[in-house]
Amino acid sequence: MVVMSPSGDVAMQQRDLILWATGLMLIVIVPVIIMTLMFAWRYRASNRDAEYSPDWDHSTMLELVIWAVPLLIIIALGAITWVSTHKLDPYRPLDRIDASRPVPEGTEPLVVQVVSLEWKWLFFYPEQGIATVNELAAPVDRPIRFEITSHSNMNSFYIPALAGQIYSMAGMETKLHGVINEPGVYDGFSANYSGAGFSHMRFHFHGLETEADFEDWVEKVRDDGGELSRASYKQLAEPSQKEPVRYYADVDPGLYDAILNRCVDPGTVCMKDMMDHHGSAHTNDHDEHHDHGSHGN
Amino acid sequence: MLEQLDLTQLIFGRLSWDAIPLHDPVIVATFVVVAIGGAALLGALTYYRVWGYLWKEWFTSIDHKKIGIMYMVLGLVMLLRGFADAIMMRIQQAWAFGDATGYLPPDHYDQIFTAHGVIMIFFVAMPLITGIMNYIIPLQIGARDVAFPFLNNFSFWMTASGAALVMASLFIGEFAKTGWLAYPPLSGIMESPGVGVDYYLWALQIAGVGTLLSGINLLVTIVKMRAPGMNLMKMPVFTWTSLCTNVLIVAAFPVLTAVLGMLLLDRYLGTAFFTNDLGGNVMMYINLIWIWGHPEVYILILPAFGIFSEVVSTYSGKRLFGYASMVYATVVITVLSYMVWLHHFFTMGSGASVNSFFGITTMIISIPTGAKIFNWLFTMYRGRIRFEVPMLWTIGFIITFVIGGMTGVLLAVPPADFVLHNSLFLVAHFHNVIIGGVLFGLFAGITYWYPKAFGYKLDPFWGKMSFWFWTIGFYFAFMPLYVLGLMGVTRRMSQFEEDAAMQFWFQVAAFGAFLIALGILFFIVQLVVSHRRRDQLRDTTGDPWDGRTLEWATSSPPPQYNFAFTPRVHDLDAWWQMKQHKYRRPEQGFKAIHMPKNTAAGIILAGISTVLGFALVWHMWLLAGVSFAALLAVAIGHTFNYDRDYHIPAEEVERVEAERTRMLASHV
Amino acid sequence: MSETTYTPESGDVEALEFHVTEDHHPETGTLLGFWLYLMSDCLIFACLFATYGVLGRSYAGGPTGAELFDLPLVAINTSFLLLSSITYGFAMLETQRKRVGATIGWLAVTGLLGVAFLGLELYEFAHLLNEGAGPQRSAFLTSFFALVGTHGLHVLFGIIWLVVLVVQLRKHGLIVENQRRLFCLSMFWHFLDVVWIGVFTFVYLMGVLP
Repeated sequence: MVVMSPSGDVAMQQRDLILWATGLMLIVIVPVIIMTLMFAWRYRASNRDAEYSPDWDHSTMLELVIWAVPLLIIIALGAITWVSTHKLDPYRPLDRIDASRPVPEGTEPLVVQVVSLEWKWLFFYPEQGIATVNELAAPVDRPIRFEITSHSNMNSFYIPALAGQIYSMAGMETKLHGVINEPGVYDGFSANYSGAGFSHMRFHFHGLETEADFEDWVEKVRDDGGELSRASYKQLAEPSQKEPVRYYADVDPGLYDAILNRCVDPGTVCMKDMMDHHGSAHTNDHDEHHDHGSHGN
Repeated sequence: MLEQLDLTQLIFGRLSWDAIPLHDPVIVATFVVVAIGGAALLGALTYYRVWGYLWKEWFTSIDHKKIGIMYMVLGLVMLLRGFADAIMMRIQQAWAFGDATGYLPPDHYDQIFTAHGVIMIFFVAMPLITGIMNYIIPLQIGARDVAFPFLNNFSFWMTASGAALVMASLFIGEFAKTGWLAYPPLSGIMESPGVGVDYYLWALQIAGVGTLLSGINLLVTIVKMRAPGMNLMKMPVFTWTSLCTNVLIVAAFPVLTAVLGMLLLDRYLGTAFFTNDLGGNVMMYINLIWIWGHPEVYILILPAFGIFSEVVSTYSGKRLFGYASMVYATVVITVLSYMVWLHHFFTMGSGASVNSFFGITTMIISIPTGAKIFNWLFTMYRGRIRFEVPMLWTIGFIITFVIGGMTGVLLAVPPADFVLHNSLFLVAHFHNVIIGGVLFGLFAGITYWYPKAFGYKLDPFWGKMSFWFWTIGFYFAFMPLYVLGLMGVTRRMSQFEEDAAMQFWFQVAAFGAFLIALGILFFIVQLVVSHRRRDQLRDTTGDPWDGRTLEWATSSPPPQYNFAFTPRVHDLDAWWQMKQHKYRRPEQGFKAIHMPKNTAAGIILAGISTVLGFALVWHMWLLAGVSFAALLAVAIGHTFNYDRDYHIPAEEVERVEAERTRMLASHV
Repeated sequence: MSETTYTPESGDVEALEFHVTEDHHPETGTLLGFWLYLMSDCLIFACLFATYGVLGRSYAGGPTGAELFDLPLVAINTSFLLLSSITYGFAMLETQRKRVGATIGWLAVTGLLGVAFLGLELYEFAHLLNEGAGPQRSAFLTSFFALVGTHGLHVLFGIIWLVVLVVQLRKHGLIVENQRRLFCLSMFWHFLDVVWIGVFTFVYLMGVLP
């Protein structure tokens, strides 16, 4: 059960949250189930020994307890929710690698730009100048920042072992931060139905043991990779299923931005250049704190 | 030549023989079965010459009791269709691992899960809930009918009309392949150019008219037509929860109408509400549809809560514990249900404060809900519980529902939702509360009030069989989905990669679905057996369960006018108090009773609406124009009919009541 | 755990009446029902307003409200509709005086003002379409046409209803049913007026602001 035993710190904290919340609720759920069965048995009609008070329908004390117990649990859970939602906000840069190690001073996250297509995933590595289809890699213990958009349909970018999911939407950018703590190959996929090829819209996420391994992987992509221009992107964007892994070494540097602003076709006006003044989609200034892609626009 | 072509297009739109899905053996087989079954049914109806009877006594009836029963029949028939979809999905998912692709290609599978969701919510749960409310509310408040009897008939037929369009899509064309809420841009014209989404939209728009009008109708009925003495805090709990449900209907369904209307404009006129380009905004759709969608959940569950309250108190032989707090809890839930919609899309990237606000409001709903559960428990406490079938459903409900409530609160914690959203965990959760809550409540309600509607009890043996198979089947079918969700499995997938552990849980779930199938079968067996044994199961008293509220004060089934004399209410458990006071029902002094007349306008208007919907789906503009004009003409024509009521003569009332006196005497 | 035992209201057992012997007629719920319908309709407009609020500045490179709207024209149109509400009020006053002819007269004036309103609105729409500013041009225009158009359709429906009602008044006079219908239509008509004030303020006035 990957959700219960993930390999990334963010997913691990989300797992712990599930366990805490469940534990808190069981305080009231278990007694209710036991009481239901007990009362049903004890007050069965054939049991003439049990007390019977047909007109007993009110007790201020009891009703106070009835309202107070769930209220107290919800107050506790609400506090946990408020704190954890802010701490685990996918837009917030990580401040720790795992429970015992903070992110070292001056560490820049690895940036990956994600585009969901029908029905495959395209990953840009802007710093490395490469791109891949249906394969993602990152070194262990290095924070990753995903910038996510979609070609057309809404999908949800989800690697259960790494961190929770976030929607990918056309013309908008969402963000997700995560870190993988154990080397390995993990499943990633779309968690939001997007049409006929959706079942196979999957990819592998490689958690690589060292930075050197990651460099090797980047080199491999550069060596085997072809060209990703606007024209070849148009071709790639055609609906297709079970797309094999593809590497691109020569990537049009403005392509991701063009996809995000819906102006890949030559001659189309980019959304950020239109008068549509409150589209947050055009912000690509990497400002994680305020730029919640799906707010306005 | 060209002109001829245009004419064909004008008449048939985009409908052609290709629209009949002959290529799909599964659909063809279904069609053959439905055609034979349908022909047999129509043949039998014709052979026994019951068409005239059905038309006069049922289809055109404005009697709330008959309309209620028609709603129930519609809901149960559609349940079979919705469940057939469910079991097909379970088989596909248990099968399609690795190289095995199963028997349903994505194209078909995607229609099935969409249809399953749409049918189960709009054409099973809604009609069953509305049906029970229709039947019971006027009886519980001591009224003779609803506030607008004609509108009631019209509402039913509009719902049926929507259902008919969904059923038509099975054999003519296709249904939507978008999931039950049809998020754009997937449901937009670019991604879904076919007729599927149009069927979806027109079916829901037409049925939505019915739902809205029925909501207004029942609301006015409860507000204006209560028997003298029944102030708000003396209203039976079922009536209270129904009142809140109808408030929710009136306040939520217009939003659905609006948002689906905008999607229609996008699809038909090429506007840019929810498009990717030209400034459209899909998030607007998702927000609006959930502003309807979340209250909808409470529209379904609140009446079920009411049913459980009636059942627990009746079979425990006790007054309901904490009536006032039950009422307040219901009202609180009603209000809060509008403040939680965003929890359906925490993963859309709202800020942490927005997400936690909606997470916490969601959790707050569990407080009044928890209070309700305790109130039911303490109603059982020091009661004298008779384990009749409705009581079994209630106990099954309490245990199942608290589990579903727990997983629901879990999903309300945004970071937890990030890993559980859209997974089978979510699917397990909402089936947990909808089956464990709404459906169990409906079965409890049907078994509880069946003798009132038909004059004989349901056979308890088959009722218990149905209960146990449903309950055990439910746990087998949905507990594995929780596990699968925690394994990271997403919903709406038709094929999986090789994974033996995963497949095992899907197979368990399929087994559970099979048990539920038996539960449904035994429910039908129960109806048939009870009908055949009706003389042994006969209820001559009108009060077979030692009931507490007014519906048990009249005969089973009630006379057309419900009550010969309008009851006067002094206590919450009005009928219980009447029994305590050894109330003697009057046997003379009857007066003529003023009643509304039957009318065919409702079924005709809804029939034309079906044609209009079909024409619009297929772009048959000529037919659409003609049927729209006809709709307008009939509607206006109907307003010229001022002769809408009549009097049941006093002698007739006297005859019916004398009959009841004899019946009661025979009982003693 | 404290407990209280509930005893039904004690008192003279014989004194409790459990049924009404006279003919019992609950008051009619038509006006309440119609009012509820109006509130539900109001929600549809609320959705359209909200959508306009979200999409109203998404011009997609196309024309803006400030460029398109002809405020004096809309102001004249607004006065037609407001006037029609007043004339409907006169019709209702005549109804109370039981004067069928005068009622019908004022209704006719109301209807004509409605027609004038619709005519000007259609003229405005045609003008926009001619300029290439149709509902397909941008999300702003989509939400504009949807909001104003839905209101216009309501006015059209109101006019049809009004005509039907005039026929029924001529046929049956001011009987109870017709009075009820007149009252419902009056609520409907005033409701459209209120909605239009919202449209005029939020769409037109605020639309021409920079």
